[in-house]
Amino acid sequence: MSMNVVTFTIDGVEVKSAPDKTILQAADDVGIYIPRLCYLKDLPPGGHCRVCTVKVNGRPVNACTYPVAEGIVVENNTEELHSLRRNIIEMLFVEGNHFCPSCEVAGKCELQALAYRLALLTPQMPYLYAQKELDATHPDVYLDRNRCVLCGRCVRASIYLDKKNVFGFENRGISMRISVNSNDGLKDTNLTKDDKSMSVCPTGCLVVKRQGFTIPVGKRPYDKKPIGSEIETKTVNS
Amino acid sequence: MSKPVVATAHFTGCFGCHMSILDIDERILDLVELVEFNKSPINDIKNFTKPVDIGIIEGGISNDENAEILMEFRKHCKILVAIGACALTGGVPSMRNLVPLKECLEEAYLNGPTVKSENTGIIPNDPDIPVLLDKVYPCHEVVKIDYFLPGCPPTADTIWNALVALLKGEPLNLDYELIKYD
Repeated sequence: MSMNVVTFTIDGVEVKSAPDKTILQAADDVGIYIPRLCYLKDLPPGGHCRVCTVKVNGRPVNACTYPVAEGIVVENNTEELHSLRRNIIEMLFVEGNHFCPSCEVAGKCELQALAYRLALLTPQMPYLYAQKELDATHPDVYLDRNRCVLCGRCVRASIYLDKKNVFGFENRGISMRISVNSNDGLKDTNLTKDDKSMSVCPTGCLVVKRQGFTIPVGKRPYDKKPIGSEIETKTVNS
Repeated sequence: MSKPVVATAHFTGCFGCHMSILDIDERILDLVELVEFNKSPINDIKNFTKPVDIGIIEGGISNDENAEILMEFRKHCKILVAIGACALTGGVPSMRNLVPLKECLEEAYLNGPTVKSENTGIIPNDPDIPVLLDKVYPCHEVVKIDYFLPGCPPTADTIWNALVALLKGEPLNLDYELIKYD
């Protein structure tokens, strides 16, 4: 056995990977899609959302943070795991204020796309309708916490890609929210609309102004193809 | 054998889902062959005259009349299908759920920028007007709903495929492209 390759299985399919990868990275490399929300390639994994939960030797773990290992048995595409993922997506829908019919990112929203892929016809848990704050102080961008799923992508992108540290988390549990690193809202930060942190939001929480509704219905990223197809159609080179 | 009976209702929404039902084009001729319509805004039958096999519900529940008729539908229909964002989630009308009802009414009838001075001071409360509920509720929070068809509106294909599957007693499997929240 080579020290530079580990071999394991995902849903019975043999996968080979470099030993320094996570399960999610190794799966991506061979064209196996593990549903995910807070994970984004090029950012360190956050491990917040738990949508990428898989079972390793029967135990649930985060695929985005769990390293590959020789001989592990990974379960991913099972009804049990999809049902847990559906529950997470459903809770995110009812905890936020997501009005899809009037939202400018409908059709390219990853939360919505996950719901479609997992065939969640509608959330059935009671909606919270919590009051959330909007920050429209910046001339070019706005932050609508009604649509935030607390994935922390903007927090990580601002720190690691933009080297700016514009966003953070404040409070805990149900009161947790995205904070802005200034005394007077987004306008008092050094954020620009071209920052990487502006392009990583999976929903319509962090949006560039005056760019909405530009793609017609039918041509938006998830109108015809499920989220994850871009990974599944990748050439497998194992 | 008599035809299966279908009834439809519209609550708080825009009637777009009923428009989408009519958008099945020439299949409407097949529909007339397949089913008999009872209480529905399409034929303007006001009251149930017989037991209904499939009830189709559009819109969220925002007032006492909505709630009463929805409960009546549950009582008369063997299968209840909620269609469209408003019936499933409250939809756009439920945006008012983020503001207390009193504030909504005061903004609309007392303090809003378009309120003319001679009309100030009157929040409508005639007994003939349905009383608004504190929030707009999805249908499944008021009665048991058997099937959900998402979309704003669901496409004619979504509604047609679902209806045909239910009439044939087949499982309701929607293709990826037919599951949409907008």
